[in-house]
Amino acid sequence: MLSTIRAFASRNANASMLKSYATRGMSTSFDVSGSYSMHNMETAPNDTVESSKEELTDWFEKMYLMRRMEIACDNEYKARNIRGFCHLYDGQEAVCMGTEAAFDHEDSWITSYRCHAIALMRGGTVESIMGEMFGLQSGMTKAKGGSMHYYSKKDNFYGGQGIVGAQVPVGTGLAFANKYKSTPGERMPVAMAAYGDGAANQGQIWESANMAALWKLPMIFCIENNHYGMGTSVERHSSHQEYYKMGNHIPGIRIDGMNVLAVKEGMRFVKDYVGAGNGPMYVEMMTYRYHGHSMSDPGTTYRTRDEIAATRSARDPLEFIKTTMLDAGFATPEELKKIEKKIKKDVQKAIMKAKESSPPPKEELFSHIYSADHKIRESEEKPKFIRMPTFDKSIHN
Amino acid sequence: MDTDETAILFGEDVGFGGVFRCSQDLQDQFGPHRVFNTPLSENGIAGFAVGYAATGGTAIAEIQFADYIFPAMDQIVNEMAKFRYRSGNQWNCGGVTIRAPCGAVGHGGHYHSQSPEAYLAHTPGIVVVMPSGPKDAKGLLLSSIRSPDPVVFLEPKALYRSSVEPVPDEDYELPLGVANVLHQGSDITLIGWGGQLRLLEKARLLAQKEGIHCELIDLRTILPWDVDTVTESVIKTGKCIVSHEAPLTCGFGAELVSTIQNECFYSLEAPVMRVCGMDTPFPLVHEKYYIPNELKILDAIRDVMEKAK
Repeated sequence: MLSTIRAFASRNANASMLKSYATRGMSTSFDVSGSYSMHNMETAPNDTVESSKEELTDWFEKMYLMRRMEIACDNEYKARNIRGFCHLYDGQEAVCMGTEAAFDHEDSWITSYRCHAIALMRGGTVESIMGEMFGLQSGMTKAKGGSMHYYSKKDNFYGGQGIVGAQVPVGTGLAFANKYKSTPGERMPVAMAAYGDGAANQGQIWESANMAALWKLPMIFCIENNHYGMGTSVERHSSHQEYYKMGNHIPGIRIDGMNVLAVKEGMRFVKDYVGAGNGPMYVEMMTYRYHGHSMSDPGTTYRTRDEIAATRSARDPLEFIKTTMLDAGFATPEELKKIEKKIKKDVQKAIMKAKESSPPPKEELFSHIYSADHKIRESEEKPKFIRMPTFDKSIHN
Repeated sequence: MDTDETAILFGEDVGFGGVFRCSQDLQDQFGPHRVFNTPLSENGIAGFAVGYAATGGTAIAEIQFADYIFPAMDQIVNEMAKFRYRSGNQWNCGGVTIRAPCGAVGHGGHYHSQSPEAYLAHTPGIVVVMPSGPKDAKGLLLSSIRSPDPVVFLEPKALYRSSVEPVPDEDYELPLGVANVLHQGSDITLIGWGGQLRLLEKARLLAQKEGIHCELIDLRTILPWDVDTVTESVIKTGKCIVSHEAPLTCGFGAELVSTIQNECFYSLEAPVMRVCGMDTPFPLVHEKYYIPNELKILDAIRDVMEKAK
């Protein structure tokens, strides 16, 4: 994915792209041809993408932040500060960054349990994300749910789901809401449900796709194909591996998910199509996760270390953006190193800050079950004694 | 798998041994045509089991966590439970055994800690079993697989590692639908199942120090449950506490208490109490507070003994 450099202002026909950096003056064109395969679709994303030093630097900082944060999670988990379930996203940063770059704030996003990076883009900070995993009040959802359950209403981020595939019908509902609230004929904000290759064979996904196509909802079915459903490779869990064609008559696109520029241009194209009321699209992002399914999975029993290492050296999304920036003359290696150092420090600082917080009070156990405060039956519920570390020290009424 | 040639074992990731190593080495031993992975489709897994069993085969399906059993509820309630009934006994799917790890494990959070026995018990036509330790688990599992009725076998996952006891090597079965009286006592009856027995036993020992002698019953089979053993015990002691991890409202304890008050009313010396999980979604950080532990049970025991005076 080398870049061809032509330094002139963009002549791109798409108004929404011009909007994002028209004020930045000089922008550069990058070649992303070959990143897309289309299904049931006559048009395709452009072969070139415009970007600028500011934009790429911003993306690099965010992607590197995601990467450092996930590595920090790994360390904290091994130090037993994070317990329970923890599913890391490193390797897939370009998918998240490119999509966020293509989307507007009004576009709804719902995803699976592999949601740390997306939470970071949509309302989370390293502090609130780590705090949630530590089980402390500094957490994004006050430690109610932990690693799998991040949400942000004001950022239109609907989480964070534990049950595989369950987010897709919910996402379809979000798309319906977007259409319902829009004026007919006008562009609608889209809704995207991201899920993995393992989830792609869930029946409820087809049920939602049928509804979305029938009612022409602004819905994006985004399969983050990292080639493994937990420990089972796509060849062993799926009778067919071209997930972007799974919608059958529903148009689909397969995008190289390790190339952030391609992801952005691809998602811009999808958002355009879907937001104009043409009905849903299936998007398949070809990506890879370096860690195992979760922290309980070493990730090496079902794939070789060579495969992981080869992906890291040939297709790493961070290396790609760095190389692009260096080739385009947007940064020097020293500048990039400086950014990396700063981000490493920022992550450490945020973690320390998150740890300063305290666990949530026990009232949080009963809060927000229903809309009104729900009385838990006193007589059989709350213990009528004050517990101390050992039984004989406990104070009984 | 040894004694029944039609027996097949399938579910998510059972091939390499399963996420809790329950099927370790079985694929090597019996071959991939008998031990195989399924895609991520619980409803599909359950329905597939029903179909295979309808032809007379033995289908042992694994649902990776009991929290994921909900997509399969339609197949379980509407297909599995009614198969024999609606076909006028022409066919049955007694060969189905669905195994699912359930229960709290310390860090499971909302979706890896639930105990769905109450949802399942509301379904005439299936059998619901939950063992409380490895010795029971072996006997009950063999009975369940060989049972002529479809069984949902819930395995408390906290016990996979923590529960250690000598287990006989030979093939043995424990009867379904029969409760086990673990300890005799004359003062009060304690009833539980699965992982809760460990806490009830701790409470029993604490109560014994105070001179209260508890009779401890492990229900073993949730549906159909052993009404006779339970009522016989409660008539003897006159007092009863039911304890389970699942939330209080409409938990399976409610069924027990209702029948107990009906059958044993004139022998009761105090109201029957339930010490259960709270009516909240299963919490993450507050799990220790949520769980009906031995201190809560002991508190209830004292309460009941007090009321009975």
